[in-house]
Amino acid sequence: MENERLTFIDRMIKGKWIGKLLLTVIVLFAVWGVGNKAIHNPQLFIQQIINGLQLGFVYALIALGYTMVYGIVRLINFAHGDVFMVGAMVSYFAVGSFHLHQWPAAAFPGLPNFISLLIGTISVILLSMAICAILAVTIERIAYKPLRNAPRISALITAIGVSFFLEYFGALPFVFTPNFITYKRPYEIVTWYIKDGIHRLEAGKAPPQGGILFSNNLIIIILVTVLLLLSLTYIVQKTKIGKAMRASAYDKPTSRLMGINVDGIISITFALGAALAGAAGVLYATAYPQVFFWMGIIPGLKAFIAAVLGGIGSIPGAFVGALIMGQAEVLAAGYISTPMRDAIAFSILILVLLVRPTGIYGEPEREKA
Amino acid sequence: MNTQRSTLIFWLVFLGFLILIQALIGTGLLSNFWATLLKIGAVMSIVSIGLNLIYGFNGQFSLGQWGFYAIGAYTAADITYRWTQLHNASGLVVVLLVVLLVSLAFFLVAKIVSRLRGLDALSAFTLYLIGLLIAAILAVMVGKGLIAPITNILNLLPAEWAIQIVFFLAVILGGCIAAEISYIFGLPVLTLGSDYFGIATLGFTIIVKVLLDNSDTLLGFTEMKGARGMVGIPKLTSWIWVAVFLIAVLVVTRNLLHSSHGRAMISVREDEIAAKAMGINVAQQKTITFVLGSFFAGLAGALYAHVNGFLHPNTFNFIKSFDPMIIVVFGGLGSVSGTVVAAFTWALVLEGLLRLVLPQGFETWRFVVYPLLLLIMMLLRPQGLFGAFEFPYLRQVLPRPFQPRELHQPPSPADEPLNNGA
Repeated sequence: MENERLTFIDRMIKGKWIGKLLLTVIVLFAVWGVGNKAIHNPQLFIQQIINGLQLGFVYALIALGYTMVYGIVRLINFAHGDVFMVGAMVSYFAVGSFHLHQWPAAAFPGLPNFISLLIGTISVILLSMAICAILAVTIERIAYKPLRNAPRISALITAIGVSFFLEYFGALPFVFTPNFITYKRPYEIVTWYIKDGIHRLEAGKAPPQGGILFSNNLIIIILVTVLLLLSLTYIVQKTKIGKAMRASAYDKPTSRLMGINVDGIISITFALGAALAGAAGVLYATAYPQVFFWMGIIPGLKAFIAAVLGGIGSIPGAFVGALIMGQAEVLAAGYISTPMRDAIAFSILILVLLVRPTGIYGEPEREKA
Repeated sequence: MNTQRSTLIFWLVFLGFLILIQALIGTGLLSNFWATLLKIGAVMSIVSIGLNLIYGFNGQFSLGQWGFYAIGAYTAADITYRWTQLHNASGLVVVLLVVLLVSLAFFLVAKIVSRLRGLDALSAFTLYLIGLLIAAILAVMVGKGLIAPITNILNLLPAEWAIQIVFFLAVILGGCIAAEISYIFGLPVLTLGSDYFGIATLGFTIIVKVLLDNSDTLLGFTEMKGARGMVGIPKLTSWIWVAVFLIAVLVVTRNLLHSSHGRAMISVREDEIAAKAMGINVAQQKTITFVLGSFFAGLAGALYAHVNGFLHPNTFNFIKSFDPMIIVVFGGLGSVSGTVVAAFTWALVLEGLLRLVLPQGFETWRFVVYPLLLLIMMLLRPQGLFGAFEFPYLRQVLPRPFQPRELHQPPSPADEPLNNGA
């Protein structure tokens, strides 16, 4: 009955309106900053959204690895970004040194050009995925498995150690060299523009004013990501392995009692996550054609933020978080401040965590870690 | 060993160490290279002790230590830079006023917030933010008038004295600014769960780094020169200064851990709910520890800024922010002695020894060997070098458990039927 005696001022004071007001002001400022410029130049805005989509889909592939591993072993796998780097490097060597993308055409000269290139590109991606998966399982067996019962921080420090090792070992002159390397795509870039219908942009010509550009890269990135995401969802939701993965994530001792080989399932999780990171490495390198030994850090970090934003441990969360992250990064760089875009990405993360402490799709924490 | 004797031994060993190293540096037996490494080791000990308080003793997984270190470094560097290069005390006066007025504002806002029961952390944060902004603007306005008189007073002193006083104040103020920022940042963020807290603080480190990258254009501190790196900071950090600050930090940490606050801190790490049930104000305890740890980080940053006389935002990027965490885990979580030993080992081995041991042309292998050593260490001793071991002086001397006499008396036979009957 005490509530009825509260005066208006008391109710005002009791409410959480002050914090909400701060959030509203921040959101309004961001919307105003972006919207004001977007209305003046809608084509540019749509172009930015498309660029953000391309980035977001790559982040989604990396974020899935973070989120799956976290879901099952509660480990922030800092080495994941470097596995992504290895994926890009493998595809660089496969295309640049071994010409893997031309093998189908050489083996079956009768095939149409498009089909042989498609098979070639797919085999490059598959090779990167396979090598990354093997690498991740090796790392897991050597570095993380002995620490399964140690304090969680030991495993985290080990993950940081593995990350340093992959970076600086990669920087050695006989491995990947410490230089920026120009990436050679397995296919030629074709760009279209939308202005009174879809037209193909001739090579060497400037795009027309007010046209919205997109390339075959964007289509490939979206197609590959959606395909991999669907297969991952199928594996996790419909197969026995997926069922075992979900059970192990929920309760490891009980899963072991039910006859699940938990260690094997953890290895498979690492392999799946790393395979996705390997594919992401190839896609990222085709979109931003430059590879070097540190390239995994920033995309890895962004993807990690995306996974946390979506609720770490949740697969749809990682996807949604990555799309938000991609858009936020491109819009912040385009409309607010280019040098501040990392800071803006992290500010968004902190604000979302303050409103939803376990991310967008996250469940409340079950136990204190 | 009784407490007094171990205290005496601690002071003798530390003073002996201090004087020995100072003598070696003074006579030139210890080259400049190794002297710098020793200073870096002491600086890293101070940051890592701060982190050990936050993570090792209070259980809050913080990656923000490096951001506070950066704040301390740039604040102190700006103060001494203005004193030596621009010949005025503008930095000192303004920062001093900001620290004083912001603490006053925080004190007042805390009074208001405690009146308004049921206020969530975000709303309280907003109130503190408003207080901070008003206090900072006021400080800058008032400070302008005070610059000239204070500069004149300091100029009356001998120049060597004046610069040491400015340096000492700059170090303390660097710590204070870091502490105040950690207070206002920790208020909403400390309510998050452990991993999410870690990620939010990692975000803080990255935001600080990005701000420092643009400090000349965005923040308007032209002398910090943004991403080009700040030069012209006087090299004032002598071995004596770092050693004195290290000893002060050690004594404060030790005494804090032996007090009721220290035990409350540890109980929060062990079990928050049980601590709450014992009447401990968990939120307040977390805030105190976070602020104190960040204060140490600010101190260390301020000392670091004056070691090489050069600051670059890349020193404060998030990859390096794992260094204190690595040192704390390497030394042993919840062991102050382990942290100090690990910090010196880290500085001397990684920068010095590996450089000398590895043959010519293999310098790049340093960072290949380092993670391998780290991995082997973690696999062989996951609890860290020292575990929870402490040197005698730093060891927790628990009071003898309170044993009420009547509980230990054998129950009289007459009571038993009564108990059973009830």
